[in-house]
Amino acid sequence: MASRLMALWEWFDARMPSVALEWRKHAAEYYAPKNFNFWYYFGVLSMLVLVIQIVSGIFLTMHYKPDAGLAFGSVEYIMRDVSGGWILRYIHSTGASAFFVVVYLHMFRALLYGSHREPRELIWIFGVLIYLTLMAEAFLGYLLPWGQMSYWGAQVIVNLFAVVPYIGPDLALWIRGDYVVSDATLNRFFALHVIAIPLVLLGLVVAHILALHDVGSNNPDGVEIKKTKDAHGRPVDGIAFHPYYTVKDTVGAVVFLAIFCVVMFFVPEMGGYFLEHNNFIPADPLKTPEHIAPLWYFTPYYSILRAVPPLFNSQFPGVLAMGIAVLILFLLPWLDRSPVKSIRYRGPYYKIALALFVVAFVILGYLGIESTTVWGQFAVTEGSLMDLILDTKDRATWVARVCTVLYFAFFVLMPWYTARDEVKPVPDRVTM
Amino acid sequence: MTRRLLAALLFVPAAALAAAGQLDRAPIEPRDLVSLQAGARTFVNYCLNCHGAQYMRYNRLGDLGLTEAQIRDNLMFAADKVGETMNVAMTVKDGKAWFGVPPPDLSVIARARGADWLYTYLRTFYRDEKTPSGWNNKVFPNVAMPHALWKVQEDAANPVAYDRTVRDLVNFLVYLGEPAAQSRKSIGIVVLFVLGVLFVFAYAMKKAFWKDVR
Repeated sequence: MASRLMALWEWFDARMPSVALEWRKHAAEYYAPKNFNFWYYFGVLSMLVLVIQIVSGIFLTMHYKPDAGLAFGSVEYIMRDVSGGWILRYIHSTGASAFFVVVYLHMFRALLYGSHREPRELIWIFGVLIYLTLMAEAFLGYLLPWGQMSYWGAQVIVNLFAVVPYIGPDLALWIRGDYVVSDATLNRFFALHVIAIPLVLLGLVVAHILALHDVGSNNPDGVEIKKTKDAHGRPVDGIAFHPYYTVKDTVGAVVFLAIFCVVMFFVPEMGGYFLEHNNFIPADPLKTPEHIAPLWYFTPYYSILRAVPPLFNSQFPGVLAMGIAVLILFLLPWLDRSPVKSIRYRGPYYKIALALFVVAFVILGYLGIESTTVWGQFAVTEGSLMDLILDTKDRATWVARVCTVLYFAFFVLMPWYTARDEVKPVPDRVTM
Repeated sequence: MTRRLLAALLFVPAAALAAAGQLDRAPIEPRDLVSLQAGARTFVNYCLNCHGAQYMRYNRLGDLGLTEAQIRDNLMFAADKVGETMNVAMTVKDGKAWFGVPPPDLSVIARARGADWLYTYLRTFYRDEKTPSGWNNKVFPNVAMPHALWKVQEDAANPVAYDRTVRDLVNFLVYLGEPAAQSRKSIGIVVLFVLGVLFVFAYAMKKAFWKDVR
């Protein structure tokens, strides 16, 4: 039996040797640094979630109806009448949030160890493109359940495009396919969500990994392992991705899946953060909800949008700030002027800047979920100087403004503080 | 004495919530089949005349420990076949004409509003001559719905008995919002156990492969 299988493999290999070649190149003979730590699980976990989303999504499309009259009901049909339908739906809704959790942690890893630095700028650029595409995918998919939050969230986000000078209104109309979010919008969002964006996403993931395997992985020391090679030309500090990291990542994947399953089976709504309560009310174009909040993974940017005051009655500055907040990530490899990559050998400036950035990002995320009155208002006497200066007395808005400044300062001041930071000497080899 | 104390305890939060906007905690028990069955009975008798549950099939009520014959004889007043969904005869247009707003479908109302809100809402109707229905509500001011359970509340032996009726109804509404919720949890425990076993093997394999890496 075994020899028969070997014979079959040899037959195959003789006709298509590239399979074995690629396997060696990307797994069996891809040498990754041996000192990967906890933060290095999130890349492979992002891939895992991508697969989970694609597979559960395929089955959901078999039962879902992209029709304004039927969409909400078809989701409930999946939840009640389709065998195992509720599992599929919760896998997909939990997976959406899980995707952002692992991607945010994966991006934070890059900030910790300088994974975006030369020669890995392209990997970072592909990564930011993946992040942007993922945001589009999540936004498009969130309309599909056709609940109140789906509907009004889409209405608000599409209206953001309407504030672009000159072309805005036409642009929004073009995206919606109608004057309001409607059946036409739902149909096109469905098409984009299930075909167009996933194809782009898969292509970008392939580019991200090919670019990574061409230059090799970074590591928590930020040391290039290719500098020290043995007699066979293999990096001394590298170990084959397969089997070493395949077995290690299996452990990480099992732990991740356990956490995933705790959410999915026991708290699928996650207190309204993964599935919003208002989204169990069918979309009603005539009834605007009192409080429209995007899902948690967009809230830092939503906060930035709300924090920037309008100019000449136009919300465009806020929208611009929100757009720049995401796009500025592309410049990161060139903003960072530190002679070292890893936070282990960086000085206090970068450590403080990164800590402030994370705190600002989390506070912005929290404030984006809440209404701007969540922390009350400043007590200012009417007619006083402060009353004239402050355009809003909401404390939360001012905190969001401070955090927005901190967010941008992290990037804008980076060339300055990273160049002046005290750095420690970097070792020649990785440390375990 | 105990009863008066209980009544007082129940009255205080009901009065306090109007000012504070707080809700009473619904003492629901999703595994209590007797409570769920009582709630289903209240639901079909008092709610299902105006509100539908168009995504719920009658035969699904078998989850509550009922046979199809029991469902057909006791709970089906508005359908012929046990596989039908819980629809109402009243049209959206009529509902709008009679109440101002069409009564919402209740299939997932517990997921939208939450059990505590429903429990408080159904217990805080009061007389108000200024509204068209003659009723008003503390958590939903000027609600279009009249106090459909007023006769139940009036006939209840004491406030605690009415609270129990509402508790059972809310328990049922929570079940109605997600009929698979109980099996979800029991499947979840099995899945986590399997992952736990898988972890032991995965971890042992990692240790074995990595013993030479230094």
